[in-house]
Amino acid sequence: MPRRTDIHKIMVIGSGPIVIGQAAEFDYAGSQACASLREEGYEVVLINSNPATIMTDTAIADRVYIEPLTLESAKRVIFKERPDAILGSLGGQTGLNLVVDLHEDGILDEFGVEVLGTDLNAINQAEDREMFRSLMQEIHEPIPESVIVHSIEEAVAFGDRQGYPLVVRPAYTLGGTGGGFAHNEEELRHITDTGLKMSPVHQCLIEQSIAGYKEIEYEVMRDAKDNAITICSMENVDPVGIHTGDSIVVAPVQTLTDYENHMLSSVAHKIIRALRICGGCNVQLALDPKSFKYYVIEVNPRVSRSSALASKATGYPIARVSAKLAVGLTLDEILNPVTKTTYACFEPSVDYIVTKFPRMPFDKFPNADRQLGTQMKATGEVMSIGRTFEESFLKSVRSLETKVDHIERKELTEASKEELFSKIKGRDDERFFALAEWLRRGYDADEMQKITNIDRFYFDRLYKILEIETLVKEHPGDVDVLRTAKKTGFSDAWISRQWKMKEADLYDLRKQNGITPVYKMVDTCAGEYPSETPYLYSAYEQENESVPSDKKKIIVLGSGPIRIGQGVEFDYATVHCVQTLHEEGYEAIIINNNPETVSTDFSISDKLYFEPLTTEDVMHIVDLEQPLGVIVQFGGQTAINLADSLVKHGVKILGTTLENINAAEDRHEFETMLDRLGIPQPEGDTAVTVEKALEIAGRIGYPVLVRPSYVLGGRAMEIVHNEEELKVYMSTAVKEISHDSPILIDRYVLGKELEIDAIADGENVYIPGVMEHIERAGIHSGDSISVYPTQTVSEEVKNTIIDYGLRIGKGFHFIGLYNIQFIVDRNNKVYVLEVNPRSSRTVPFLSKITGVPMCQVATKAILGESIPEQGYTPGYHQDQRGRVYVKAPVFSFAKLRSVDTVLGPEMKSTGEALGADTSLEKALYKALLGSGVRIPQYGNVLFTIARDDKQAALDLAKRFYAIGYGLYATEGTAQFLEENGLFVHHTAKISEESENESVLDVIQKGKVSFVVNTMDAASRSKREDGFLIRRVSAENNISCMTSLDTADALLKVLESRSFAMVSMNEMEAER
Amino acid sequence: MKRILVLEDGSFYTGEALGSDRFRIGSLIFNTSMTGYQEIITDSVHCGQIVVMTYPLIGAYGINREDNESLKPSLFGLVVRTAADKPSNFRSEETLESYMKRMDIPGIQGVDTRAIVRRLRNSGTMRAGFCNTEEEVPALLEKIRAYEPEEHPVRTVSTRSIYPIPGRSHKVVMVDYGVRLSVLRECAERDYDLIIVPHNTSAETILGYHPEGVLLSGGPGNPEGLKEETETVRQLIGQVPVFGYGLGGEVLALACGCTLNALKHGHHGPNQAVVDLSDGSVQITRQNHDYAPDAQSAEKAGLSVTYRSLNDGSVEGFRDGQRKCSGIEFEPDSCFFDNFECAMKGEE
Repeated sequence: MPRRTDIHKIMVIGSGPIVIGQAAEFDYAGSQACASLREEGYEVVLINSNPATIMTDTAIADRVYIEPLTLESAKRVIFKERPDAILGSLGGQTGLNLVVDLHEDGILDEFGVEVLGTDLNAINQAEDREMFRSLMQEIHEPIPESVIVHSIEEAVAFGDRQGYPLVVRPAYTLGGTGGGFAHNEEELRHITDTGLKMSPVHQCLIEQSIAGYKEIEYEVMRDAKDNAITICSMENVDPVGIHTGDSIVVAPVQTLTDYENHMLSSVAHKIIRALRICGGCNVQLALDPKSFKYYVIEVNPRVSRSSALASKATGYPIARVSAKLAVGLTLDEILNPVTKTTYACFEPSVDYIVTKFPRMPFDKFPNADRQLGTQMKATGEVMSIGRTFEESFLKSVRSLETKVDHIERKELTEASKEELFSKIKGRDDERFFALAEWLRRGYDADEMQKITNIDRFYFDRLYKILEIETLVKEHPGDVDVLRTAKKTGFSDAWISRQWKMKEADLYDLRKQNGITPVYKMVDTCAGEYPSETPYLYSAYEQENESVPSDKKKIIVLGSGPIRIGQGVEFDYATVHCVQTLHEEGYEAIIINNNPETVSTDFSISDKLYFEPLTTEDVMHIVDLEQPLGVIVQFGGQTAINLADSLVKHGVKILGTTLENINAAEDRHEFETMLDRLGIPQPEGDTAVTVEKALEIAGRIGYPVLVRPSYVLGGRAMEIVHNEEELKVYMSTAVKEISHDSPILIDRYVLGKELEIDAIADGENVYIPGVMEHIERAGIHSGDSISVYPTQTVSEEVKNTIIDYGLRIGKGFHFIGLYNIQFIVDRNNKVYVLEVNPRSSRTVPFLSKITGVPMCQVATKAILGESIPEQGYTPGYHQDQRGRVYVKAPVFSFAKLRSVDTVLGPEMKSTGEALGADTSLEKALYKALLGSGVRIPQYGNVLFTIARDDKQAALDLAKRFYAIGYGLYATEGTAQFLEENGLFVHHTAKISEESENESVLDVIQKGKVSFVVNTMDAASRSKREDGFLIRRVSAENNISCMTSLDTADALLKVLESRSFAMVSMNEMEAER
Repeated sequence: MKRILVLEDGSFYTGEALGSDRFRIGSLIFNTSMTGYQEIITDSVHCGQIVVMTYPLIGAYGINREDNESLKPSLFGLVVRTAADKPSNFRSEETLESYMKRMDIPGIQGVDTRAIVRRLRNSGTMRAGFCNTEEEVPALLEKIRAYEPEEHPVRTVSTRSIYPIPGRSHKVVMVDYGVRLSVLRECAERDYDLIIVPHNTSAETILGYHPEGVLLSGGPGNPEGLKEETETVRQLIGQVPVFGYGLGGEVLALACGCTLNALKHGHHGPNQAVVDLSDGSVQITRQNHDYAPDAQSAEKAGLSVTYRSLNDGSVEGFRDGQRKCSGIEFEPDSCFFDNFECAMKGEE
């Protein structure tokens, strides 16, 4: 069937900000889909609130609206654009939910907008538990015994009938938010309660537990002619019970016979046909390891994280093909873009093994509950490709960037047997490291296999790795052993440590003996058909398929897995760098290991190497390709951190040189340089010992800001108020960062934070904009609300900032992008907090709002084209007038149990939303809405305020009061507010015996819309009421502001949206 | 222990020994299935062939009793990247290696299978053989180049005696050119009253069993070498519905007067897309064939083409409504059997 000609304009819904459970995979899917639709001649209108993505570049769609993904704004886009059709199945759960909202609103019928891809019926049948169950009964496919409940009592009744353990799954939530396992009635009550609140329809599914079953997934596609194909089978290494996003996943299936595999993939085909989806679909099944018994667990009627993984694992571009299927094309009409000689109606065959390893945020949240379950906690993932399971697995372990280079963790080598046991049994995120240690020590494997239900196959793979470990340890310097170890996927870093030699020497030893990898192609067909795809992975094999061209080549390093502090923004920068290199006539080669992203789409670069970002893996490619140089400044700290070792191997770093990177990152060099440039910075010093740290802090005076050097996203950064806290910090936080870099100790300046991103070409500097943070210093810049243009600083301060920015760019001889954080104290004195000699989190935001394509300009500057030659006048880019842009952070606290939501110097947000409008208030409103804050016109607000903040809070309370908001407060705060003439509802402290409602009840019962909670410097303990207030707010989806500045911003919005209620008498009095 | 795979073009690959050391020269083909190695190893269609598995880990779920396609595997060798030594599956009875030793099948592991596949893709199917030392390579290469198969492999794999699988439904005679057990299982599930006869059974004998229809099974080798069998089928056509798949389909095509083309490197794998010309739908099929009916010749012979390969356009199925015969090149699906039953019932 040819493409449909009765529709012309298609509205595509993006997935919004990055949160746990919905990350960069939708940027990849969305941008592919838009390109695919435009290729077919359709006009594409895009709505997405996330500015950090490639998808929201104006080049991606005919019209791009960066607006909140709410019914209200989507309707306005429909009013304005009048699309013929809408496609929501590429925007994750957010996209589907918005389509449902729009349908229920009636606007789709009214304007004759057709739903493409996954239609409403399919969405409902897959997402509504009741409808899903009846569909499965209709097609005779088994699902676990279950009941849908709307109350806790119904859940308990089912539990009494069915017995425990049970699984709770709230309806319509992403990443299984709010769900979990209940082993008894008490747990069931607790989880159901949370689940009902999380579910937008207040509905939960309680089902019989199928723990211990294998979890198998299929990515299937179907077209309008009812052709259905399987793209990829995937096996979760963990049995059912751990969310697939948190599991180690292997593709293709490893432990299934052909019969079992065929049986389950037929089920997936049956389901996608029953749902009549035109596009891709993910089906999750549970298979009894001891029989052919299986259950259908879940169906995602859309592209998903798994489909991004399947696309990268097989080379088959699911989203791209899905978009074409949505507009009526059929699989046998679409050419397979990989082979270009075969058709898309084809089941890929792979000749390698793929491992996906989740990237957990627990390095950021040491207090979080690390037990994995049905609720996803990972922020990102890495993928690796190998010719054996062991090779693939070990490559993924060293891609994680968690300071491990092998399936071995130093802390665990010292752990007791009991500690290991509880980590493994407790489904801790480090369970595989613990399991490897368990087996290494020769403890009972059978027992562990029974407890974990992890297939014996994976135990034997670990044993194989351990066997080679022993071989390596017993034969230092043995070249044959080295060859075996490298074939098995061992890293140079680990082997050289065992052999007590320098990693670089081991690298040389290998080269001398010809132990180097070759590169194999990912071609969807296991070599059956010729293919030109420039998508490669390394293997220690015979034949190399990567033929270096004789063009001028440049390697760009990507940013690895998405984690807090290093998100999709860096992928955005990487992609633009690569595209610019290509346009400028260079062969652009990218190295990256993140399967979710646009940068690892093989059509983006001239050559894609899907490899770990470590020295050896990069050097192998450098040795083969002989590029002009390597660009490290777009791939975040991941890439920057490799600069040093690459230079030692004789590699040329293009752009800002290693010396100048160090000048910005090394504390002493940095200080010297700023002194020379006459630019002030908060007083500070570096220390490697506790004694030195105490001495420095004593000298500059508390409070001090402490952090390790060479980290991103303010990892382990804290404000320390006294000696005791400093001692604790030095002994605990520092252990987490096993880097040999020292600790920075700075005076903590209270004031306004601002930042710039700028481009330098070695001589000239261009600054596209200055951004102002709403929250004062002390809150990480990534967690602050950021505003452009500046709203409250004087012209003089701004000029100082610009002046410093120019001087730093020239003084440090930067070539390319850099970012500077400033602080302005009460006397309008400007200090430089830090300088980052690389692309930053705000680059996509600033590029989009100023219209300066910063990554392109920077890349050209790196290639030697000066800023004036590119047509830009050095200096400051005039502010955009008449429009205000606000970037608001988005958090994933609801998914991370036990994490304190209080904001501080350590970054906690996972994503961001943009709001743009004609005034600050309007822009703030959109940004907050886009970030998931619910902003009702009236309601109540709860105040629990620290003593020091009471006066400031009073002003806020008065303003809430003035616009008709009711006030709730805990005792101390309530009394204070009442003394100042406000009417306040009293709430009791948590442990307090009182006739008043407890503060937690007020939140849980939804009596308040917002919580403003600040705390005294000294009270950080988890047991404090404040912690519980913040957690309960997060789990009940109520915005809890821990900075009065944020509350002030919110008030501005509320005030601008409310009308005055003033009596004539009062007006008279005013006159 | 070291082992070497030597190819007709003089290239050789050194790896480790797998299975037995009963070395025979065969034609080297590759299979892109990611699961199903047991079915492939035991499929008689591979008699005379050495099979390279493109998937790099073979043997992970072991060998079980139920998934065999024949009781005695007849392939001449197996080439894998890694043979799993510790299988894991609840039905697994033994490892790949022990099975290969027991069944006297030689093999090699630890070679760059993808490199071999790329070589075969460019050159087409090649003859190959195994040896254990580099000194033996030149002599082996000479033997490989001079090698001619002694007899048609169908003779090796076909049953030697006639046997029944009784049932209560249609009376069917199956001519065994190397039938797969899964096809027999399907016939049993359909409750056919089945009589299985050797490849060289005469038309007279077959018709003597008063069948409602005759099935020609798949099997190994070049159909052009089956002159006697083709003549038998020619005599059956028109007397009784005759349906064939794989080699059986090719013999049927020849018997109908259609010529065959040799495919460059054959279709061997689980993911071959085939277009059903009756409604344009596409199905993903499992295939194992090196020859296909010539489209023009089929037309001249009065056959209508029913299926074509989506990717290379080769003929994957044909029928003759009047003479009630039909052949396909892929593993028979339920549609094949349904059509067969219709033909037996005299329905269109």
